[in-house]
Amino acid sequence: MQNLNFQQVLRYQDEFLHGIVNTLEMTAIAALFGLLIGVVGAVLVGNGPRPVRVLIKAYIELIRNTPPLIQLFVIFFIFPSAGIRLAPFPSACVALSVYFGAYAIEIIRSGLASIPKSQVEAGECLGLTRFEVFRYVVLAPALRNIYPSITSQLILLLLGTSVASQIAAEELFHTATFVESRTFRSFEVYALISAIYVALVVASHIIFAVVGAFAFRWPVRR
Amino acid sequence: MALVEIKNVRKSFGALEVLKDVSLTVEEGEIVTIIGRSGSGKSTLLRCINGLEDIQDGEIFVEGQQVHAKMKKLRELRQKVGIVFQAFNLFPHLTVERNITLAPIRTGRVSKAGARALAEKVLAQVGLSEKIDAYPEQLSGGQQQRVAIARCLAMSPDLMLFDEVTSALDPELVGEVLKVMEDMASRGMTMILVTHEMAFARDVATKIVFMHQGRVWEEGPPSELFSNPKTPELKSFIGSNH
Repeated sequence: MQNLNFQQVLRYQDEFLHGIVNTLEMTAIAALFGLLIGVVGAVLVGNGPRPVRVLIKAYIELIRNTPPLIQLFVIFFIFPSAGIRLAPFPSACVALSVYFGAYAIEIIRSGLASIPKSQVEAGECLGLTRFEVFRYVVLAPALRNIYPSITSQLILLLLGTSVASQIAAEELFHTATFVESRTFRSFEVYALISAIYVALVVASHIIFAVVGAFAFRWPVRR
Repeated sequence: MALVEIKNVRKSFGALEVLKDVSLTVEEGEIVTIIGRSGSGKSTLLRCINGLEDIQDGEIFVEGQQVHAKMKKLRELRQKVGIVFQAFNLFPHLTVERNITLAPIRTGRVSKAGARALAEKVLAQVGLSEKIDAYPEQLSGGQQQRVAIARCLAMSPDLMLFDEVTSALDPELVGEVLKVMEDMASRGMTMILVTHEMAFARDVATKIVFMHQGRVWEEGPPSELFSNPKTPELKSFIGSNH
């Protein structure tokens, strides 16, 4: 077996660090906007007028049945012909928001559906508005019910940012291809970023567990 | 003016008509108990009074205001009409205090600063002062139901509706809830109850309404109705409950 040589690769530590920061930034932006799409979409798909509901369902099906890479290409290569020109990094953020949003709608919708109608009735009978019932009665228990699925979807999003390297957005996977082309140390480079991805995922799990334990403190019947 | 006026109400679930031309008047201070077999429409009637169910025909007035009208009006009305459910329906993610004070704070009846005092006051009325910081799941069924009653009391309602509030409780927990309701009755609260607790109906109610097949079959003071039922249906219903 060929001798491993990480030294050459590790000389690019600043580039890797830059890649890590950008990957996290991209994930955070897509998570934020995706969750926003998810909450608004889930509420509208349940209560909106029929044309809006149909439109949202079409969006969900379109996104969930096509590869994220194609979605990225559409935004980066096809949108410019419609006059919407975005740099690689913002393009990737938009594509991943739209991608994550479609899954988030479905997950959040299932969370809202998991809250018994009697809870909504109890809130309405106290004279709360529909929005107040959603915000103060439904939302927190619904979030608790979907927390495991939404966090695992967030992990998939974090790993999914690697597709952005295909349009040369500067995230971790892109850094890897760049360093590989300079050093020709393919195995070392990809072994290193694999370890970094694993570390990021483990760290995320720990953060999710801590946040979950803090946010969902009320006892539930099992 | 009567506090509640139900006029010729019809209500259907699909092809099934569950309320057939129901009329009923409840005066202020009355304690009306609705009894009847399951499926007779008594819970549905109660739920119509605060607009939880829509109606196909007829009218319902509470304090002279039409229930089945605009949503905003209904919301104002609901702040004056408390309802307690069979399954308690406390909010599991909120402490007892927050369960009680959520609606009073949101509807502007109490400031955030004054909210705890309000919770303490109504919890004292149901004998649960020490549970103010507990979560619903940490309470027994009877305690949860008393918190649900306290949550309504915090809105200082003019009318309280009780929908089989002891039916989901273990037998030994029924008494504590009934005692709270007796307390409220003795303080002059207007109450409409759907219940299977015949002893409570006889001792506390000022009027009994017997429903059968979606109609008010018989109504009158408990002494009269229980000792001298006019219809064979009520006779057999009372017989089966002794």
